[in-house]
This record gives sequence, C-alpha cells and structure tokens, in this order.
Amino acid sequence: MAKRSTRDKLKQEVNAGSMADIAFLLLIFFLVTTTIAEDSGVLVKLPPWSEEDQQDDIKIKQRNILTVLINAQDELLVEKEPADITTLRATVKEFIANPNHEEDKAEAPNVAVVSLQNDRGTKYKAYLEVYNELKAAYRELWEEAAQKKFHKEYKSLDSDKQRTIRNEFPLVISEADPTEYGDEEK
Amino acid sequence: MAHFKKKRGQSSPEVSTASLPDIIFMLLFFFMVTTVMRTATLKISVSTPQATELTKLVKKTLVNYLFIGRPMEAYRAELGTKPRLQLGDKISTVNDIPLFLEKHRLKVPEKLRPGITSSLKVDESATMGIVYDVKTALRKANQLKVNYSAKKRTGDLK
Repeated sequence: MAKRSTRDKLKQEVNAGSMADIAFLLLIFFLVTTTIAEDSGVLVKLPPWSEEDQQDDIKIKQRNILTVLINAQDELLVEKEPADITTLRATVKEFIANPNHEEDKAEAPNVAVVSLQNDRGTKYKAYLEVYNELKAAYRELWEEAAQKKFHKEYKSLDSDKQRTIRNEFPLVISEADPTEYGDEEK
Repeated sequence: MAHFKKKRGQSSPEVSTASLPDIIFMLLFFFMVTTVMRTATLKISVSTPQATELTKLVKKTLVNYLFIGRPMEAYRAELGTKPRLQLGDKISTVNDIPLFLEKHRLKVPEKLRPGITSSLKVDESATMGIVYDVKTALRKANQLKVNYSAKKRTGDLK
C-alpha cells in the first residue's frame, strides 16, 4: 500500500455528519419555545356612546328585567337576593325561557333583559365569571332552540337560521354605570 | 454464486444525507423568522381570568391590545399599587386611548377597519373602576368590538 501523501491528508474534510444533529437541536428548541400565541376571550359588543342623558326613557316592565349585581365584596345578588355563581346559569335560563309561565319571570324571551350592575371595587375576575355565565346561558338556550326547531347543532346551522334563533332569544345584557363603592382611584 | 455478487454491485448507492442539514436549516430559519418575540414589555402584571365562552382572535393585525393590571414590584415605587393601564410600551391614562386607537387604525387597510377588535387583557385582581373607565373611553372613540381576554377554563367553577 502506498504511503499517504500530505496532500491527501489535507483533503480530508471536516465531518459534516453532526451538522444535522446540531441543526435538529436548534430546531427542536425553537419548536418548543414558539408559542403560536393565540389570543382568545369573551367577545362583547359595547353599546354606542350617546351624549344625551343616560336615563332609560324606554319603559321596560319590571318582570322582564333580571337584575344581577356583583358588589364590591364580589358577592352575587340576583334580584336583590344572594345567589351562587354555580346556579346562575340555570337561573338565567329559567328566567328568560320561563317554561312554566310564572308571574315574576320574563313574559317572552325576546323582551327579557339582563341588567348587570357592579361596583367600582368589584374584582374583574368576579365580573368576568358572571358575564361568562350569562353568555353561556344564552348559548345553551340557542343550542336548545336549534335542536328543537331544526334538529341540528346551533353551530352547524346557516347564518339565516342562526339569526332567527338569536332574534327569538336576543342577547341583551344591559350594563349600568358602576357605583362608587370600593373605588381604588379615590 | 457470481450472479448474486453482480447484483450487489449494481445496487444503487445510499441516499446522500449531505442535504439533510440544509433542509433542517431551512426549517430552522422558518421557525426563527416566524417566532414573534413579545412586542411590548409589560410594566404591570397581567394574569387573565378563566372563562368558557371563548372566541379566538384570528386576524392579529386587526387587534389592538390594552393591558390593565397592577404594577410589577420593580415599578411600584414609581407607579404605586393601584391598577394601571398600559398601551404599547407605556403606562398611560384613559385620555391616551383615542390617540392609541387612531394610530392602530391608520395601519389597517380602510376596508378592514370595521373589523378592528380591542383586546382587553385585564388582570384578575384589577377592579372594575378602571375597566369601566377604559370601556367608556372605547365607547366614546366608537371602538365597540371588545374582547375580554381569557384563558380556557380547566375544571369546574369554584
């Protein structure tokens, strides 16, 4: 066997086989650290601002309003009675749908209004929990109506049918100005 | 057995793995480029509450973020402990909201402007006072699509 010349030795390349491994490591690092940041939340539509006096000129019958109050101590009061958040959804559903046609509940779902009140000292967490329950109650009502009317899931209906259901059970959450209790700014 | 030997000799050479690093590097660069590092450094701590009725915000360019929370420890001497509003990088007041919204609106093509959503990232412990003030400012600025940012609830309520 001939002796290797120096030129041959120089020709020997650096082994690039490990390159893939290094790149893989980096890739995995980025894959793990990348959070495809997804923002989700409770979508609401605020009522437009009007300069006129915010007094309610429209008369709504008392029986059609469900008053939900969260005070500065984060206590929940439904129609001025202490209530528990876990039963709120059912209460709201029963109030709106009023299946037994009770005197003190809404005349019809499309005239029912949920009035949400809070203090300035109310914790945001409590507020959002309640808001979430109100939305969930309406979502369940829509779902039930969709099953009853079209025997389909609400989601799978086309937008026209969804709208008819939403018109039957319009989501009306009226938010009153918060009272000054527990205000941190003052 | 010469027959077999011949066949082995004919078999194609191994697939070259030399291009593997290149492919991997391309993937790597893709992820490096798409990774968006947090754009605003928050001076307040924001831990959003949990909820179930969630809507995903898909179009990032149509969303502007308003943060409300209590200042982090390092900034307490300067900012106090009451909940504050942060717009972009700066601690702001409610009066800065219209300008902030307008700046964002200008970046959005005119056609898409009605779809602009304000994402309120509010800390659990913030009180409704400041949230209400911010909401009022948004209403006055005619920015009515609002998203209360929340995490998916795992487990039961309470």
